[in-house]
Amino acid sequence: MKFEIFVTLKKDVLDPQGKAVEGAIKNLGLSNISNIRQGKYFTLEIAETDEHKAKQQAEDACKKLLANLTIEEYSIKKLS
Amino acid sequence: MKASVIVFPGSNCDRDVQVALEKFQIATTMVWHQETELPKSDLVVLPGGFSYGDYLRCGSMASKSKIMKEVIKYAGTGGYVFGICNGFQILTEAGLLPGALLRNNKLKFICKDVQIKTINNQTAFTKKISEHKILSVPIAHNDGNFFASKEEIQSLKDNNQIVFQYCDKEGNISGESNPNGSFLNIAGIVNKNKNVLGMMPHPERVIDQLLGGTDGQEIFRSLL
Repeated sequence: MKFEIFVTLKKDVLDPQGKAVEGAIKNLGLSNISNIRQGKYFTLEIAETDEHKAKQQAEDACKKLLANLTIEEYSIKKLS
Repeated sequence: MKASVIVFPGSNCDRDVQVALEKFQIATTMVWHQETELPKSDLVVLPGGFSYGDYLRCGSMASKSKIMKEVIKYAGTGGYVFGICNGFQILTEAGLLPGALLRNNKLKFICKDVQIKTINNQTAFTKKISEHKILSVPIAHNDGNFFASKEEIQSLKDNNQIVFQYCDKEGNISGESNPNGSFLNIAGIVNKNKNVLGMMPHPERVIDQLLGGTDGQEIFRSLL
């Protein structure tokens, strides 16, 4: 089973990289674009046929390594 | 006194810290991260560097290495653990210290001498430093911007866990003396039990006049 995972900084955590990207975007003349936040994207495959169990394993991976819950949140979506 | 210095792939201050420890007659063993047993130690040091190339998040991969299971156990029994720079990042990722170290607020790698104020001199790491003493110690990091939730910050304050804060030469703790955007100018903290210290500045780089300063000696002397 294949999943995609987004890891993003929590809303109240400053994202200086996102801000710098936003500055560059504005320099390009794309002045309507704002509130850019940068995050991470993962895809992974889990050798498991039970969707519930597979999703739990993906959750486990997020909580234990892929995301740092002090500063980040994650979302998981099944791809196939 | 015996110390173990944990070496991860990408550690680059491990030998500096060994030199610092040995200067104070602390017998030092280098321990590779894949080891599963910690030698009998009075102190474990997680050195600075760029473990695993800072992949994913600084210190995240190192915090899951085999030897860290033993370090976590050792800290749980009250053993002294000292993380410097990347070592501090590893300690937060391992859950031994609260908070996280984010990218510096101005997005630049900063390598310079800074002043830090000794806020808590009642720990094993700072007991020979006079209260509020200002130390001049270099920083060299890209991700030293200390962040913690409101609750964690309150708990750090309530339990006197803030050990060092960035300040100016007169000891003023202000926005101007904050090099990286850290909450409350935090440069170093201990855990609730006061046996685990993490700090971004590098005391091992100022242990000899030949290296440009001796203020770092005060921390190593405190450990004796």
